[in-house]
Amino acid sequence: MEVLGEKLEGIEAMSVKIETPLTEDVIRGLRIGEEVSLSGIIYTARDMAHKRLVDMINRGEKLPFELEGAVIYYVGPAPARPGMVIGSAGPTTSYRMDPFTPTLLSLGLKGTIGKGPRSGEVIDSMVKNCALYFGATGGAAALIARSIVDAKIIAFEDLGTEALRELRVRDMPLIVINDCYGNDLYVEGRNKYREL
Amino acid sequence: MKLREIDVREIRDAVKRLSIEANTSVTPELREKLKESLREEESPTGKAVLRQLLENLEIAEREKLPICQDTGFAVVFVEIGNRVVFTGGLLGDAINQGVRDGYREGYLRKSIVKDPITNPVNTGDNTPAIIHTEIVEGERVKITLLPKGGGAENMSRIAMLKPTDGVEGIKEFVIETVDKAGANACPPLVIGVGIGGTFDYVAFLAKRAILRKIGERNPDPRIARYEREWLEEVNKLGIGPAGLGGKTTALDLFIEVFPRHIATFPVAVNIQCNAARVKSCVI
Repeated sequence: MEVLGEKLEGIEAMSVKIETPLTEDVIRGLRIGEEVSLSGIIYTARDMAHKRLVDMINRGEKLPFELEGAVIYYVGPAPARPGMVIGSAGPTTSYRMDPFTPTLLSLGLKGTIGKGPRSGEVIDSMVKNCALYFGATGGAAALIARSIVDAKIIAFEDLGTEALRELRVRDMPLIVINDCYGNDLYVEGRNKYREL
Repeated sequence: MKLREIDVREIRDAVKRLSIEANTSVTPELREKLKESLREEESPTGKAVLRQLLENLEIAEREKLPICQDTGFAVVFVEIGNRVVFTGGLLGDAINQGVRDGYREGYLRKSIVKDPITNPVNTGDNTPAIIHTEIVEGERVKITLLPKGGGAENMSRIAMLKPTDGVEGIKEFVIETVDKAGANACPPLVIGVGIGGTFDYVAFLAKRAILRKIGERNPDPRIARYEREWLEEVNKLGIGPAGLGGKTTALDLFIEVFPRHIATFPVAVNIQCNAARVKSCVI
């Protein structure tokens, strides 16, 4: 692969291909640090959308999408140019959605995608409910947008960029940050290279 | 003294161009630094992330897509020559119109909500901009636009240290700030440090610090030494690209200083992400 006039080793070479809906078999086979290529349907939601979803759950209302096996991507995309499916779409920081995540995991959510570490409660919940947390690279928003082949708003349109969207992705480049065994790549990675 | 008249529409159009350029292409110095970091990084995951960042820059520039979906708060610095007179309207209005035009035509994200307390009524056009003006000598106007995203901004900190905490106290605060930021600010980071002034001014110093080019040292050799030393220390934290572990935690560190009150020792750290977006032009 050539990037900016220099030959670099291929990014796609080592990725494990996985699809949604995520099954427990696939989840148990993945470990922290593994690079994956995700394909299928994922849903986007940020702070306000999460609050609304949990409020709906508490009121016993049906959600706009099926949680079982689902993957949520924390993103507020840039607007699409005419003829494009979506604008640049890198991850937002996940900790803001931590308060709502264990509830969704307990109801079948199997994967979340974002950046930055999750709380202890969320990590425990991922172990208990057999789910994963993937990292999308913050700052690689145009690259990630290339893997999104379809996008439509399915709820909370009034939230604009923060609306709940259904995305179809093909070979979305992700890294496993938390596996279902309680390991955390942020902790292990830093410990390995820390000198202070 | 001969005055130079500048129609504010020139300012408006410059701000529009800068909004789009700052969000779609980076400085050559940043690009070189990322390539250098890729060569020197030891972590395989770190290398993978750096490759993604470089490929992203290429796609963004080629297809005029924003480098990051968070196209930020438009922070605008204007140096106005003292012989300049603006005609045709107010400078602030022209700058805001330029942001409005640039964020619309560049398909940039509108990320500003009107009422800071109750979400989510978006202003719809990424205004208002944050504007800093300074009168300098001459007849030119220099405009610098810094689209500042929320992730890195959220990890920035300010502290009123005690004068006897000394330079060691400041260094500790800086390193601790980066440590706490971790992955959230999209490493590898650029770190701006302000020292001195007042509670409000020290934060401005820290933000002005990140306007500098990668590799540009403070002209004061003593401060430049601190810049080099603290950058080296920060890179021993092991946070690495995307916070997944590695040698490349920060690309550069800049310090701006100002005289202080005898009883205070303000310090501010403004964290900047790996896109380090900033563009200037001179009229």
